[in-house]
Amino acid sequence: MHPAASIIAFTTLSGIGFGLLAFLGLGFPRVEGMSAFAFFAIAYLLAVGGLVFSTFHLGHPERALKAFTQWRTSWLSREGWASVLTLVVMAIFAAPLVFFGLRLAPIGWLGALASIGTVYITSMIYASIRSVPRWHHWSTSAMFIAYALSGGALLSGQVTVAIAFLVLTGIGQFAAWKAGDARFAAAGSTAGTATGLGGIGKVRLFESSHSEGNYLTKEMVFVIARKHATKLRSIALVLAFAAPVALLLLPFHHVMAALAVLSHLCGVLITRWLFFAEAEHTVSLYYGRTAA
Amino acid sequence: MTELPASTQRKLGLVIDLDTCVGCHACVTACKGWNTENYGAPLADKDAYGAEPVGSFLNRVHSFEVQPESGPAQTVHFPKSCLHCDDAPCVTVCPTGASYKRVEDGIVLVNESDCIGCGLCAWACPYGAREMDPVEQVMKKCTLCVDRIYNENLPEEDRQPACVRTCPAGARHFGDLADPDSDVSRLVAERGGFDLMPEQGTKPVNKYLPPRPRDEDIDVLAPFLQPVAETPSGFLGWLDRALEKL
Repeated sequence: MHPAASIIAFTTLSGIGFGLLAFLGLGFPRVEGMSAFAFFAIAYLLAVGGLVFSTFHLGHPERALKAFTQWRTSWLSREGWASVLTLVVMAIFAAPLVFFGLRLAPIGWLGALASIGTVYITSMIYASIRSVPRWHHWSTSAMFIAYALSGGALLSGQVTVAIAFLVLTGIGQFAAWKAGDARFAAAGSTAGTATGLGGIGKVRLFESSHSEGNYLTKEMVFVIARKHATKLRSIALVLAFAAPVALLLLPFHHVMAALAVLSHLCGVLITRWLFFAEAEHTVSLYYGRTAA
Repeated sequence: MTELPASTQRKLGLVIDLDTCVGCHACVTACKGWNTENYGAPLADKDAYGAEPVGSFLNRVHSFEVQPESGPAQTVHFPKSCLHCDDAPCVTVCPTGASYKRVEDGIVLVNESDCIGCGLCAWACPYGAREMDPVEQVMKKCTLCVDRIYNENLPEEDRQPACVRTCPAGARHFGDLADPDSDVSRLVAERGGFDLMPEQGTKPVNKYLPPRPRDEDIDVLAPFLQPVAETPSGFLGWLDRALEKL
């Protein structure tokens, strides 16, 4: 799949933003007044900023409000509702905390649950797509939530929890990559089933339907830089998990913490790039490209 | 609404004969022509005469080579357009309700004025049947020429999809696949029509007919191809003998 910058930014930033909101809702760190304002401002900037980026992906962003109508069937529509509702609930929790030092804890817990729920719903936009077998699996949601929790723990300064989540998410990501590599073949779609000619013999694209690229090949038959996947995966694991854990294990210093956050963010951006770039769509079978 | 109907009254669709298709792309051209000049945003092209032309099409013809275990390989031309699936994943993912499947005839359509151009439906389609228009930035797909098949301003023989009407080989058939007695349903039954990627669970309405086996019945005509005269006679015979003697 085409790794569009707008969607990579959306899932990365809003994931971390909602992760931070979850921790703030649970009272980690237990801040009030201006320091609470600072934490919530960062969380809202990330979450809302991510959502704004997602609209850059639209051909007609001026019609974006229509996307709230089909929540009965569409995970993308549900994502819109979940984001707005979560941001409202967290605002109801944050405002008394910031301005009056009043902690309405149950609303915070509800907001935390809603934040993780929103990340789950975001993940289902991808996990529900059967034609991309690599995504069509519960581990897609598990990893989105794990990334949100890791980033949230890191940004909220929960050092021990952050280390634990980072290590677990790193191991989980490695396992998800390995399992994901085999999923296209396991789904059973081949050039034979795509054309229905597999019963006659081996099917090979003889001549493409068009000489140049088209929307389908650009959007869904993206293969550029897949050959660097192993290197990029290694770099991502180091930046997203190994380096932040090492920095957190050093004696605490704000510079180290900031570096850990920055490194994690860069690493997550690379994993999200890979999430799209490595995802094989069944339409590639009509273009003579098979899963490696 | 993006909820799929539990069932549709009719299932209008295409039956495409892979045995007969000659790969001429006339259906591609007819489709592009009709759907550029009629319903919805025109099917745009960008950089049409430049180095990297791109454009939106609702129907494309791929050509495949099929190599059996033994014997020569076979070329199969393979037109592909929206299959108007009963369980259309492109419809349910649509966040705005722009995509829908009609209860009365099962046609899957896009209401372009509601489309936000998010592209999720194109991702959800396993077949690559939807393309974003490069100029209008709305999703385009086969309408089964909904503006032809019910159009009483057209002569009756033209009230079928442009691709079917134009096909010079008779490889494309249009009809109601929910009616077991329709021509298309009987064709599917007789020729062993099949679904594309059934494992994707989309339950396509459109069916494909397999190529007939080759190189088996060719001897039926062979006796007629025997040379009629083994030895020349008359003037040619004299010439033949005269030249032999030289």
